[in-house]
Amino acid sequence: MFLQQLLNGLTTGSAYALIALGYTMIYGILGLINFAQGEIYMCGAFVAVLLLASGQVSFYLAFAAGMAAAALLGLALERIAFRPLRGTHPLVPLISAIGASIFLQSLALLLFGPNDRAFPMQFTFQTISLAGLPVSTLQGAILGAALLFMALLVAFVRYTRYGKAIVACALDRDTARLMGINVDRMVALTFLIGSALSGAAGVMMAIYYNATYPRMGLLPGLKAFSAAILGGVGNIPGAILGGLVLGIAESLGAAYISSGYKDAVAFVILILVLLLRPQGILAGWQRH
Amino acid sequence: MLKLTSVQAGYGRLPVLKGISLHVRQGEVVCLIGGNGAGKTTTLKAIAGLLPIRKGQVEFAGRDLTRLPPEQIVRRGLALVPEGRRVFATLSVTANLELGAFHRQDKKEVRQDLEEMLARFPLLKERAHQPAGTLSGGEQQMLAIARALMARPRLLMLDEPSMGLAPRIVAQVYDILKELQIVGVTLLLIEQNARAALKLADRGYVMETGRIILDGAAADLREDPEVQRAYLGKGYQEVWE
Repeated sequence: MFLQQLLNGLTTGSAYALIALGYTMIYGILGLINFAQGEIYMCGAFVAVLLLASGQVSFYLAFAAGMAAAALLGLALERIAFRPLRGTHPLVPLISAIGASIFLQSLALLLFGPNDRAFPMQFTFQTISLAGLPVSTLQGAILGAALLFMALLVAFVRYTRYGKAIVACALDRDTARLMGINVDRMVALTFLIGSALSGAAGVMMAIYYNATYPRMGLLPGLKAFSAAILGGVGNIPGAILGGLVLGIAESLGAAYISSGYKDAVAFVILILVLLLRPQGILAGWQRH
Repeated sequence: MLKLTSVQAGYGRLPVLKGISLHVRQGEVVCLIGGNGAGKTTTLKAIAGLLPIRKGQVEFAGRDLTRLPPEQIVRRGLALVPEGRRVFATLSVTANLELGAFHRQDKKEVRQDLEEMLARFPLLKERAHQPAGTLSGGEQQMLAIARALMARPRLLMLDEPSMGLAPRIVAQVYDILKELQIVGVTLLLIEQNARAALKLADRGYVMETGRIILDGAAADLREDPEVQRAYLGKGYQEVWE
């Protein structure tokens, strides 16, 4: 029971972590919380579900298309909702982000209707026994894929030229420009990558919960925001850890306290972190 | 090589540079001295593109740089070592150096330059994998200079390379600048430490409240009674040396 809850928590937590990475990377480079991150997640899910429902494409292609659509939406948001507002008071882009979030939810409602859509593909769930633990293969696959994406991101940031350039822009924008780094391009790249990860999380959760609907990004978005804060916003390993911890806490809270409080757990943690350790659990560690 | 013609620039509505004209010839070491708030840093920022130029013109190697953004200017061969070193603290020494060559496409030569830079600065080689923020002030200054050199600049600008460093370290930094001078790197240097700067430089400009009030050969400036009184602390010379 406990281990099963732990695994459930890790599965949803891995989705929070992927979205939290988007929040944290964008905050790192722009000092901006993109509250439309949940809608980017929703967009990824819808594109994959609609493509698969058309029966024309394979699962992997639909998955990739979901990520690509989310990435493009992120890029468009940056150009339309954030770039024109640079240099204004920090509350202004925040309000713009909330506006974009409401707009995208309403647009999805208009285009796709309010009903849940089932995932158009059946996966054969199996429960295998791993070291005496019952493990659902679906959970295993989601967790594995999410961890793979996170590892790719960490490797990208740490070892590639563009990854280091993004870190440089986050640390010191003017000096990065003196190195010949085009900051606008790095901001766009950050939105692209962060949004693609959120899109991937959207597709995975569309499979996991078997439900895709316009407001599906709202709660995961807010929880991932809490996860980013928990890990210390701007901190990449922190976002991953924060997402996983939050997922586990939520799952255990639902099991041992009351399932009615499941959604409250994340926000109680958010409030506690803001009160007790606003710099995040990983503060003081090396940031990147 | 570099030519400024009546450049005006400032922050917000505040004018700082009220018409600066100066030039740097190839292979020369030129220093800009002056007190706090004279506009020295602003001048370098304007040349590097970090501050918009309101009036006047900046020309480099026969081309107009006046309206270019900093990321384009460094591609033209003008690098700036900013005030306060500004190394990327959480990135390793090696990563800092690699970023200095960010715009270069000649990957192979960048690798060679990196090796060369680590050989020239043995202190950095020892700490190649450490985060730059863990380096001492002097080491960070060396790193900032090495990072700028990774761009293979034709002209290197340095903003107060001796700021906040112990005298012994200042001497080390100036030894490196001297080496650069010998191999023919063109330098434009600003300093509050006028004594060290005028010793190294071929020519100098003296700035005061956004204007250039004096210029000439560095040797002449060192002898100028006004410069001695205002910037060299004449009479205290014995105490310092």
